[in-house]
Amino acid sequence: MSRNVSLTLQNTGDSRSIVEAIMADNATAQVREFPSMTKIDCPDKLVIRAGSVTSRIGRPWDVQEIHLSVISLSGTVDEEEDEFTLFWK
Amino acid sequence: MNIDIQAETLIPKRQTFSHVARRIGENKAATRYEEATYDIQATHNFHYRPLYAPEREIFDKSRTAIVMNDWHVFKDPRQFYYASYNINRAAMQQDFDSKFAFVEKSGLLNTMAPAWAEKVAAYLIPMRHYEWGANMNCQMVADAGYGAQITSAASFCGMDRVGLSQTLSRIGLLMDATSGVLNRGRVAWLEAPEWQGLRHAMEDSFVLTDWFETFVAQFLCMDGILHPLVFQAFETQGQNHGGMGITMLSEFPQSWYADNARWVDAVITAGAAESPENAALLSKWFANWTGRAVDAVQALAAHTLGDAGAAAVAAVDAALKNRARKLGLEVSP
Repeated sequence: MSRNVSLTLQNTGDSRSIVEAIMADNATAQVREFPSMTKIDCPDKLVIRAGSVTSRIGRPWDVQEIHLSVISLSGTVDEEEDEFTLFWK
Repeated sequence: MNIDIQAETLIPKRQTFSHVARRIGENKAATRYEEATYDIQATHNFHYRPLYAPEREIFDKSRTAIVMNDWHVFKDPRQFYYASYNINRAAMQQDFDSKFAFVEKSGLLNTMAPAWAEKVAAYLIPMRHYEWGANMNCQMVADAGYGAQITSAASFCGMDRVGLSQTLSRIGLLMDATSGVLNRGRVAWLEAPEWQGLRHAMEDSFVLTDWFETFVAQFLCMDGILHPLVFQAFETQGQNHGGMGITMLSEFPQSWYADNARWVDAVITAGAAESPENAALLSKWFANWTGRAVDAVQALAAHTLGDAGAAAVAAVDAALKNRARKLGLEVSP
């Protein structure tokens, strides 16, 4: 049975590019907009690629910068040089 | 008494201006950059034609031979608008200031061999005038260009050039504050034989009437030869002569050049991709101005690097031609 991982971001200029990158890279992701935050749910696994965000944000983007925008997340985190992955073991 | 606190969601009726929404899609939040550039260009209802050029409207697409169906495809990959530009450049300036303070405090420029220090004064200080000339060309593009995506980025670039010029003045004064090194640089720019080819090319670029040709000549060709040569090839040679201080201070023009090249590449790519006619015209300008820039710097390279000069010029020329090929231009080897 598939289980959702989820990521909640503040609505800032940076996180808009992150959301766009996530939607481009994860076909099954669902976005829900709330006042001042955006919640993304995705079955099983969600990937954020530094390259995808960089091309949208207009400057080199470090994966660790994700923490400046995250309100909450659920799932196991795998953080690498150029990718941030949420999944369930 | 019970107080029931509830969150009420107010959905905004629109996310951005209609003219931006028509480009990015309804119900999408626009970035500041998009709002600051899309369709800012005035297109209609020009009452009077400018007295200095009555054959054209005050904003006129025909000021260049490049033909675009839509002039809003020249997105700056850095997405600079006023705030992001200033934040970015302030950080660069701060970085340079701290390096400069360190070089000054530790007297790193004094470790240069005297003969090489003479050469640095002869190749680096006259670049102030080159940068000022580049600023003139940036402002020309900003003035005559069409579409805020190009014109705003070009005027930012002009500010960068003035800043680079000031940076070089500071380096000059740090090397030698008492004997008029800046004046000697000016005399070299005006009179020294190794600079005259470049000054000639620069002054010819001032009187171009097609602003897109100015763009290619200045940003792609002359910068593409001069910057890698002066701030990388010359500076690398300087490391053999105790030029570590100049190396540290060259980091700023180097990182600026890499940053600016991203914008230049995006503009040229979009222009060449529009039509084979555009690509052919851009290629013609590229061939012409790269040839001039290469010829212009031969004497300078020989003066600075001696016998290795010609090879250094050939290397930056080959690198620039490779870059231009990737942008979609036809480049003969």
